[in-house]
Amino acid sequence: MVDSKQQWKAWLYLAPAIVLLLVFTVWPIINTIRMAFLEGYRGLEAVGGVSYSFGFGNFTKVIHYHKFINCLKTTILLCVLTVPISTFLALLIAVALNNIKFLQKGLQTIFFLPYVTNSIAIGMVFAAMFNIVGSFYGTENELIATAGIINNIIEFFGGKPVNWINYGSSYTANIVVMTVYIVWNALPFKILILLGGLQSINTQYYDAAKIDGTPRRRVFSRITVPLLSPMLAYVIITGFISGFKEYSSIVGIFGEGMGPADDPGRLNTMVGFIYDALSTNSQGRASAAALILFGIILVVTLINTQVGKKRIHY
Amino acid sequence: MKIVLENLTKVFPARNKKLDKEVIAVNNFNLEIPDGKLIGLLGPSGCGKSTTLYMISGLQKPTSGKIFFGDNDVTELSTENRGVGLVFQNYALYPHMTVKQNILFPLQNLKGKDKLTKDQMLERAVYAAKLVQIDDLMERKPSELSGGQQQRVAIARALVKMPRVLLLDEPLSNLDARLRLQTREEIRRIQKKTGITTVFVTHDQEEAMSISDMIVVMKLGVIQQVGKPQDVYDDPVNLFVAKFLGTPPINVFEGKVQGEKLYIDNNAVLDVKGVSDQAVLVGIRPEGFVLDENGPMQCHLNNVEVMGRDVSIVSTSDASLNPVIRSIINADNKIAIGRETINFSLKPHKVFIFNRETENRVYFEVK
Repeated sequence: MVDSKQQWKAWLYLAPAIVLLLVFTVWPIINTIRMAFLEGYRGLEAVGGVSYSFGFGNFTKVIHYHKFINCLKTTILLCVLTVPISTFLALLIAVALNNIKFLQKGLQTIFFLPYVTNSIAIGMVFAAMFNIVGSFYGTENELIATAGIINNIIEFFGGKPVNWINYGSSYTANIVVMTVYIVWNALPFKILILLGGLQSINTQYYDAAKIDGTPRRRVFSRITVPLLSPMLAYVIITGFISGFKEYSSIVGIFGEGMGPADDPGRLNTMVGFIYDALSTNSQGRASAAALILFGIILVVTLINTQVGKKRIHY
Repeated sequence: MKIVLENLTKVFPARNKKLDKEVIAVNNFNLEIPDGKLIGLLGPSGCGKSTTLYMISGLQKPTSGKIFFGDNDVTELSTENRGVGLVFQNYALYPHMTVKQNILFPLQNLKGKDKLTKDQMLERAVYAAKLVQIDDLMERKPSELSGGQQQRVAIARALVKMPRVLLLDEPLSNLDARLRLQTREEIRRIQKKTGITTVFVTHDQEEAMSISDMIVVMKLGVIQQVGKPQDVYDDPVNLFVAKFLGTPPINVFEGKVQGEKLYIDNNAVLDVKGVSDQAVLVGIRPEGFVLDENGPMQCHLNNVEVMGRDVSIVSTSDASLNPVIRSIINADNKIAIGRETINFSLKPHKVFIFNRETENRVYFEVK
C-alpha cells in the first residue's frame, strides 16, 4: 500500500488516464443507457429544453421495426456463416504454415497483408471482382460491363455468369459475396493467433505421437486441436464479437446504400441500423439498439465460454 | 532382443556456415547391447548420449552407420515400425488427456492384425498401470499428479504397447533427491519384471552405476569405456572416465615415474613395476588412502568431516590438481585435530596413473 500521505501523488499520476476514460468511455456508456430509457429521446430537442419520460418505448419501437429485424437477421446470418468457415480455414492454413520451413516467413507476411489493408479499399476491390459480365438489362444501347474476374473465371470454365452484387441481384448471391469477403478479411488475425499457439506447443508431444505411430489425422484431431483449444476459443469469441459489429465491409462493397441499387438497406446490419438512427437524430432509438446489440454479444460470449469450459482441456 | 549399433555417426550441419563448424554429435559409435539388459549411457551434457538414444528410437536419422534390432537392420525403418517405447525427459504426457487416455493412446493407434478391442485395450492399460503402481490414478489429469507419478505414467505409456526396446531420456532429472532414489529402484524393478532391453541416458554417474547392468561412458560423441559399473570404476581406461565416476571424485595429482617408482611431491609413494620413466597424472580414489604415520604421502591437513560410518579428511598438497584432496577412511581411525600434516600410505589398486599428454591409463603391476 502506498503511504496515505503520498496517495495524492498516485492519484495525480493516474489522473490523465482516468479523466480520459471517464469522459470518453464511462460517461458515454452511462449516457447510452440513460438515452435508451428516455421515451423518444432526440439530442437536439433535449438541448432545446424538451424533457422525456422514462420508459421502455425505445426498445419496443426498435423491436417492432421491420428494418431492425432485417438487420438482425443479416447480422446473425453473416456471423453464423463466417465464424466457423474462417476459423476452420485459419486452422488449416496455420497448420500448413507451421509445417513448412521454406518460405514460411514470406508466406506469413502475405497472409497477414489483408489485416493491414483498409477494409473499404478491400471492399472496392471485391466489388470489382464480383462485377457482372456482359449485358444485364438486355437492351440494345446498354453499356456492357465486363469487369468481374470471378465471372470471367466462371465463364472460362463454361458456367453462366452470376449477378453477384449489382441491380437485381439475389439476397443469396449478396450473402455469398459478403461471406467470402468477411472470411478473407478475418483470416489474417486468426492465422496469426493460431500459428502462435501452434508454435508454442512442445514438439515432444509430436515426437511422442510419432513413437506411437499415430496417423497424421489423429495427431491433428487428438493432439493439435485440443492443445490449441484456448486459442481456438479466443479466435471464435472475438470472431463472433467482430461479426456482430460488421458494417464497414458492407459499405466497402455495396456503398452507403447497404444493398444492391434496386433494394437499398437489404444488407444493413445492427451497427448500420444504429448509425442510421443516429444520423436521423434519434439517439434514443440508437441507444436502445446499441444496448440490444450489447446484450446479444454478451449472451453469445457467455454461451461460448460455457461451451469452452467443457471443451478447453487445460 | 539385442541391439547392435555399428559405426553410428550423427553430424549436425553448421547453421551459419561462416561462424559455426558442423557438430559431430556422435562419432563412430560401436556397441552391442545384450538382450534383456539395462544399459546406461553416461556422460556430461553435450556428449551425444541423447542423440544416440534418439537414433535408436528413429526420431533422428544417423548420418552414417547402422542400427540392428536382433538380426534386422532397422536403420531405415521409421519410428513407429521399430516397436520402441520412449520416455521423454519432460515425460510429454498429453495434458488434455487423463492418465487412462494417455496410456490407451498408443494402443488406439494399432492397425490391422494388431488392432485390439476396447476391452483388450483397457485390460492392457490397467496391467501397465498396475506395473508402475498408478492404477488408482487413472482418471486424473497429468497436471494433478506429482513428478514421480507423471514419470510412472510416462513409463506405463511406453510399456503398454509392449515395446521390444524401452528408451529413457534422463528419466529422473525432474525428480527431487528422495523420489529419484525411489524411482530408480522402481525402474530397475519394472525392467527386471518385463525383461525388456532398456537403454537410459543420464549425466548422473551415481544413477547410472546403481541400476545399470552395463554403462557406456561417452565424451564428445566418442565412447570412452563400456563395461559393468564396478569394472569401469575399478579399472578406468583414461583420466576422463576416472574423473567422471565416483563421489567424492577421484583426487588427481601431478607426478612422475622414475626407476619404477611413482613420485608425488618428490616423495616416492608407490612401486610401479613395468612403467617406463615419464611425467604422469596420478588418480587416487578417496578410499585409496590409508592413515599411516610413516606413510610416504604427506599432505597439509585442513579439516575432518565426520559422516558417521566414515570420516572424510580434507587436505591439500602442492601437487594436487583438485583444490582439495578428499580421502575417506573408516571412522574407527581417530585423527588428532590440530595437527598440521597428515601422512598416508596408498592402496595400489586404488591408484591409477595416466600419461600426461594423452591422459590414457598407464598400467603397472599390482603385487
